[in-house]
Amino acid sequence: MSKRIEVKDLKVYYSSFLAVEDINLTIEPRTVTAFIGPSGCGKSTFLRTLNRMHEVIPGARVEGEVLIDGDNLYAQGVDPVLVRRQVGMVFQRPNPFPTMSIRDNVLAGVKLNNRKITKTDADDLVEKSLRGANLWNEVKDRLEKPGSSISGGQQQRLCIARAIAVSPDVLLMDEPCSALDPISTLAIEDLIEELKNEYTIVIVTHNMQQASRVSDRTAFFNIAGTGKPGKLIEYDDTNTIFTQPSVQATEDYVSGRFG
Amino acid sequence: MTTTAQPPATPVQPVSPGKPEVPAVPPKVVQRPGDRIFSGSTLAAGILILVTLAAVAIFLVAQSLPAFTADESDIKGDATNFLSYVWPLVFGTVWAAFIALVIAVPLAIMVALFITHYAPRRLAQSLGYVIDLLAAVPSVVYGLWGIGVLAPAVQPVYSWLVENMGWFPLFAGPVSGTGRTILTVGIVLAVMILPIITSLSREIFLQTPKLHEEAALALGATRWEMITIAVLPFGRPGIVSASMLGLGRALGETMAVAMVLSPSLIVSLVLLQSQNPNTIAANIALNFPEAHGVGVNILIASGLILFVITFVVNFISRAIVDRRKAFSGAN
Repeated sequence: MSKRIEVKDLKVYYSSFLAVEDINLTIEPRTVTAFIGPSGCGKSTFLRTLNRMHEVIPGARVEGEVLIDGDNLYAQGVDPVLVRRQVGMVFQRPNPFPTMSIRDNVLAGVKLNNRKITKTDADDLVEKSLRGANLWNEVKDRLEKPGSSISGGQQQRLCIARAIAVSPDVLLMDEPCSALDPISTLAIEDLIEELKNEYTIVIVTHNMQQASRVSDRTAFFNIAGTGKPGKLIEYDDTNTIFTQPSVQATEDYVSGRFG
Repeated sequence: MTTTAQPPATPVQPVSPGKPEVPAVPPKVVQRPGDRIFSGSTLAAGILILVTLAAVAIFLVAQSLPAFTADESDIKGDATNFLSYVWPLVFGTVWAAFIALVIAVPLAIMVALFITHYAPRRLAQSLGYVIDLLAAVPSVVYGLWGIGVLAPAVQPVYSWLVENMGWFPLFAGPVSGTGRTILTVGIVLAVMILPIITSLSREIFLQTPKLHEEAALALGATRWEMITIAVLPFGRPGIVSASMLGLGRALGETMAVAMVLSPSLIVSLVLLQSQNPNTIAANIALNFPEAHGVGVNILIASGLILFVITFVVNFISRAIVDRRKAFSGAN
C-alpha cells in the first residue's frame, strides 16, 4: 500500500517563470512529512507535482524526476489519471461533491472508469472508508444526505474518506485544516496519526505546532524574494528541525523570528 | 436568494399629534432614504410585471369566452367545437417544440462544454460570439432559410429515410416532395433556440467551482469523467432552466413555422409526410387577417391555450429543479 517517494532535481515552471528550484528529497513509506515555509514559497506547487495536479494550472510544467517506488511519474507515456489514482489528495478547503450523497461521495473515485462494484461491496467499502476517516459514527444514519449537509470538519474527513476509498499509495494534504476550527483540526490530526500506519502522507501546513505534532520529518521551504524561485532549505527529522536546525533561516522561521 | 422585506414592527395605533409618546418597545429600525428608494423601485418593478401579466391574462380570458360556446358553423374546417379545433394545434405546437428541444439541448450542452472545457481560449471566445450572433437573426430570416435552403437540402435525406427506414413509425411514407415537414420546422426551431441554451449553459459551466473540478481530477478522473461528476450535476438546474427558456421560444415561434409548413388540422406523429400539424402561434398568424366575428375569439382562445401550456411547462421545470434542491450545491 505505502510507497517511497524520491524527488530528483525537480524544477517547476509557470510558463517561463521558475517557481520552484532543484528539489531533492526522499520520503519514506509510512511516515508523515510536513512541508512548512512562508506563503508563496512553492510548497503547495511542489506538493501538486507529486500527483501531477499542477498540470491543471495552465502553463505549469516540471523538469526532473519524481519516483514512486522507482517508477518515474514523469516518464514518457505515464498517464496522469493513473498517477492520481495512486496518489490521493486532500485540499485546503473541504470539497465534497454537493450534488452527491455522502455515500456516493465516498464511492466517487471507485466508480470512475466504469468500474463495477456490487452493492454489498460498495456498502462495505463506504463503511470501511468512513471508519478509516473517523466519520462513520457521525454520518451512518444519513448516508443519503447531500455531501454538503455536514459541518466543515466532517466534510474534510469525508474528503479524506473519499481519497482513501480508492486505496492510494500516498496521501497528499494541502493545508487540510486551515479552514477548520480547533476541534475539527484535532480530529484530523488524530486521523493522520492513524492513517500513517497504512499510507505515506505528505502535508503542507502553515501551523508550526501542527507540523511538530503530526509529522516525522519536516521540510522547510523558503524564497529569497518576490520573483525568485522557491527552494528547499532544510529537510530533516521534525525534532531536529524544531530544536536544532542547521540553517539559520529555518531557526528564524520556526521560532517566529522570520523576516 | 431573495428575501422579502419585512415591514418594521411599529405599533399600529394612531399616534395623537402633539402628545409625546413613550418610545415603542422594540426600537424603530432606522430607515435610510437610499434603502427606501431602492426597495420602492424594486417593489414597483415587481408589481409592474404582475400587472402586465394579469392584463394579458384578463384580455385572453375575456376575449376567449365566446369561443368556448362557438357554433359549428363559425369554426373553420371539420371541427365541431372549439376543443376539437384546438387539439390538433396544441399537439402540433408541443410536438414541434419537443422535436426542437430533442435536437437542440444535447447539441447546446456539447457546444457549451467544448467552449468551456475543451477549446483553446481564443477559439472559445470567437465561437461564443458566433453563437450569440445566431440569437440576433430575426425569425423571418430563419423561415426563409428553412424554405429556401434547408427544406430542399434535407428532402433527399427524407426520401432515403422513408425508403430504407419506413418501417419505423415516425418515418412512414409517403415522403414530402418539398421537404417542408414538421421535422424541418423542428430543425429550424432547434437552430433558433440553440444560442440561448448554449450561452446560458456556458455561463453555468463556467460557474462550476474549481474546487469540485480539482476534487474529481485528484481522484483520478479523466476530463470527461470530471465533467460527468462535477460539471454536469452542478449545472443541472441551470441546464433545465436554459432548456425551458428555449422551449418557451420554440412554443411561441410564429414566423418560421408559418413560412415553412403548409399546414393542415391533423394530429400525426410522422415526421416526413407533406401533411403536418400546425402550431398555435403560426395558425393565429395565418388566419388572423381574414378572421371576423367569433373567428377572432376562437384564435384568441387558442392563444390562451398556448399561455396555459407555457405555464404548465414552466411549472414542471420548476418542480424538476426543486426536487433535488438539497443536492444543488447552492448551500
